[in-house]
Amino acid sequence: MRITCPNCGERDRREFYYQGDALALSRPASDAGPEAWDDYLHNRDNPAGDTRDLWFHEAGCGAWLVVERNTVTHAVHKATLAEKVKR
Amino acid sequence: MRLEAPAQTVTFSFDGRKLQGVPGEPVAAALLANDIRLVARSFKYHRPRGVMSAGSEEQNALVTVGRGAQAEPNVRATTLEVSEGLEVFSQNAWPSLRYDMMAVNDLAAPFLGAGFYYKTFMWPRSFWEKLYEPVIRRAAGLGALSGKANEDTYEKAFAFCDVLVIGAGPSGLMAALTAARAGADVILADEDTAMGGRLLRESEKIDGQPAVDWVHNVLAELGAMNNVRLMTRTSVTGAYDQGTYAALETVTGDTAKGKPLNCFWRITAKHAVLCAGALERPIAFPNNDRPGVMMASAVRAYLNRWGVAPGKAVTIFCNNDDAHRTARDLHAAGIKVAALIDSRDDAKIDGDFPIYTGAQVIQTKGRHGLSGITISHNGGTRDIQTDCLAMSGGWNPTVHLTCHMNGRPTWREDIASFVPTPDSVPGMVTAGACNGSFSTADCLAEGAAVAADLARGLGLKPKVTVPVADDAAYAVTPLWAVPGKGRMWIDFQNDVHVKDIKLAAQENFRSVEHMKRYTTQGMAPDQGKSSNVVALAVLADATGRGIPETGTTTFRPPYVPVPIAAMGAGSQGKGFAPERFTTSHKATVARAAPMIEAGLWYRPSYFPQAGETHWQQSCDREVGFVRNAVGVCDVSTLGKIDIQGPDAGALLDFVYTNMFSTLKTGRVRYGLMLREDGHVLDDGTTARLAEDHFVMTTTTAAAGLVMRHLEFVLQALRPDLNANVISVTEQWAQFAVAGPKARDLLNAVLDQPLDEATWPFMACGEVDVAGVKGRLFRISFSGEHAYEVAVPARYGESLFRMLTAQAEVMGGGPYGMEALNVLRIEKGFITHAEIHGRTTAFDIGMGRMISAKKDCIGKSAAARPGLVGDERQQLVGLKSKGADNVLMAGAHLFETDAAETRVNSKGYTTSVCYSPTLDTHLALGFLEDGRARHGDVIKLRDHLRDITEEVEVCDPVFFDPTGGRARG
Repeated sequence: MRITCPNCGERDRREFYYQGDALALSRPASDAGPEAWDDYLHNRDNPAGDTRDLWFHEAGCGAWLVVERNTVTHAVHKATLAEKVKR
Repeated sequence: MRLEAPAQTVTFSFDGRKLQGVPGEPVAAALLANDIRLVARSFKYHRPRGVMSAGSEEQNALVTVGRGAQAEPNVRATTLEVSEGLEVFSQNAWPSLRYDMMAVNDLAAPFLGAGFYYKTFMWPRSFWEKLYEPVIRRAAGLGALSGKANEDTYEKAFAFCDVLVIGAGPSGLMAALTAARAGADVILADEDTAMGGRLLRESEKIDGQPAVDWVHNVLAELGAMNNVRLMTRTSVTGAYDQGTYAALETVTGDTAKGKPLNCFWRITAKHAVLCAGALERPIAFPNNDRPGVMMASAVRAYLNRWGVAPGKAVTIFCNNDDAHRTARDLHAAGIKVAALIDSRDDAKIDGDFPIYTGAQVIQTKGRHGLSGITISHNGGTRDIQTDCLAMSGGWNPTVHLTCHMNGRPTWREDIASFVPTPDSVPGMVTAGACNGSFSTADCLAEGAAVAADLARGLGLKPKVTVPVADDAAYAVTPLWAVPGKGRMWIDFQNDVHVKDIKLAAQENFRSVEHMKRYTTQGMAPDQGKSSNVVALAVLADATGRGIPETGTTTFRPPYVPVPIAAMGAGSQGKGFAPERFTTSHKATVARAAPMIEAGLWYRPSYFPQAGETHWQQSCDREVGFVRNAVGVCDVSTLGKIDIQGPDAGALLDFVYTNMFSTLKTGRVRYGLMLREDGHVLDDGTTARLAEDHFVMTTTTAAAGLVMRHLEFVLQALRPDLNANVISVTEQWAQFAVAGPKARDLLNAVLDQPLDEATWPFMACGEVDVAGVKGRLFRISFSGEHAYEVAVPARYGESLFRMLTAQAEVMGGGPYGMEALNVLRIEKGFITHAEIHGRTTAFDIGMGRMISAKKDCIGKSAAARPGLVGDERQQLVGLKSKGADNVLMAGAHLFETDAAETRVNSKGYTTSVCYSPTLDTHLALGFLEDGRARHGDVIKLRDHLRDITEEVEVCDPVFFDPTGGRARG
């Protein structure tokens, strides 16, 4: 598997650390209530199809990326800097 | 028998018998040249078997190469190259290949059909593991492992290209040539020792010249191009996502001189062309497994390529025109063709040898080798004397790689074979025989055409010139099994015959996948390369379905067996993980300190001195250094993260539970970090060196984790913060100097002396260390008056030597991890033994460190019900009631009168030590409502070591509870 890092270009999967669903970008407010926090912390879909995951280019530039890929075809569509998605 | 005396020979041995062979030829060819037909015993029935094929699909001729730790079992004699001194051994026979006692299995064959073991060895259950399985395992099997550690070396490598061409037969050569001439980066890989594929084995012409000469010219041209990499002895074993292919290279050269046995390649290709050719399939007829029964194309290969005739009077049995070449080539070479038997009534055959059309082989004879066959012909039977039968049931395109990503092949009725379904592997196209195009002319044309298409897709301008070649049509009429008396073998490697498959169908294992598992057809090392299509045709017949409806089992990687040692090349022993050494490593090892692993780091356990015979003695002495004089410890392995920027303080406020933006420059603060789910992530101290400059310390274990976490917070949660983080763990060597004489020691190495007024507890700043700019932090992990002094890593070794030498003058010295652990347990300081991922700030007694004035990571979740409250297990100290009782980490805690069962467990111990300072055994642990239970006596139970003890619950700070020593 290879991911095209916006900073470094196409790189081998071994350079990256996998985190999980990009939902982690949407941190609730501290007073959002237990249900919002439960969803944020624990509840994840397990789709057969397109996903948005967070990957960390740990053995590269140190950028957190939002990677769009497909769990059925294994196609890696796109990688965007988490910083840009967040802004 | 050799056709001509070879120019050069070497000596190798088979079962200890010295034989002559031609260097580089397959061992199978050399055995046939020496008229050795009995080569192996079969898997289950121990039937005598001989060489069957001339390639990696070989089912019978598996051998063991070498001796001892170097022995490698199940090597195919058809691909193993002859070399001087090579030692080859037969397998699965005792006491000898010729007189194998286990051949008794063959007599019991009527009872040993498919499913026999499942049905017979069911009862009593206790016999299965102890008796049945060991006996069966000993009786059945192929080669055995040596049981010794593998001493061979292996390598792994990576390659990239525009076009990967898999297989260097006529289509592969044309594809590579066309793509390479257009300027593409090409890798051409072939499993054989030489490129050319079928062209090396046939007597054909291309462009009017012998095909072998054409191959030679093409290879010369490709070899001269620097955009081409030619890889012989390289099997592409798997197709994976995004154009990734695995390949196993057999490396040539002397392994004794460090040459690896195999190299495992990962090849990334923009495009791939599969030109894997086709495999000839056997026909199932009674006793078709005797040594001397071979594939028709293999007989041609040994004859044309290696100059070896596998028999003196050869018969051919086929259902297609292609096999007629075997008769013609043998005849032309002067070998007697005893008969050509074609099962088709309408077969058109010319030749100056006996020809039988509409005939079938119905029996064979010869115990250790074929001596004759019986055929049915024109309603009668006829016996023919023959020592070699060349059979051909037609050709199966080698579709395997196209199925590695869930592709299913398509049945083509006209050639009675499966062909690849287009686009089964993204980026891979197929050409030639593997595509069902069998004539040489078609192979050349297809190879050129697909490569030209790919080249155009790459923006290149290919030119296509296809040479003239044989374009004889391939005609076949299916013949899967010939009925008759005796077993008709389908999967030779796993000893599966027609009756087994019919039995599977009869017992309702009708799905091809069920049949496979019930009979074990296709589950041997060859993975059913030759037997699958015949097996499913027989199954289709038995179940009254068509072949396409029956379908195939799934072809999975690897195409040929790959040693796990090759995939894991470089990762054995020290190669398993990188090693990180501190700057004091050499000096530490020189003091004979036993090193222990801390993550990737190596740290000293203790520093033994003369007369000490037990680690405990060294440890107690080193604790005494710190409590009474001064000790020195390398703490460089702790993570050090440099944090700079106007919002550095705000970042720290967000990741730590407590406030850091209010910390004064020149001061250090202890901080606690939570995960977002409210559990403790890590702890450590952070120093403020300037208004916009902090240095964070993490634990050794969590250094990488915390770095990743900070980057996540900065990039993904708070990109609004103007701050930057970078790891400086490797850049600074840092040493703890601890003990009542710590300041005196430092004053001996610092250019400016320290005093209490400018360097109070938790102060930090720059210092000059023997002329070098360094940093000093007055922090303590031992509870003593202590400092940590840091210098750029290149000065670390000399500073360590200076500090330890000075400490020794002052009645102290270096201390290791054992002493460090005792010192911190005495003070109730936590490590990841306590913050193990399931504990909260509340549990460790730091609930009040979660600041009410700000949000931070983990704050919301930490407050949720269940993460705070009396029912939580809370950090406590535990003191042994009897001074000599050793406490156990991992033991569970119970009320003194409670049964020691899981449901009664009230907690557990996490850290234990003997405290020389307090002369008693101490433990830290977690106990339900523990903070309210100081003074209570409870019971510690270690079921693993069978130890029960009474302990007293107390505050986790055992020593100097007011902290006066660290401040003084």
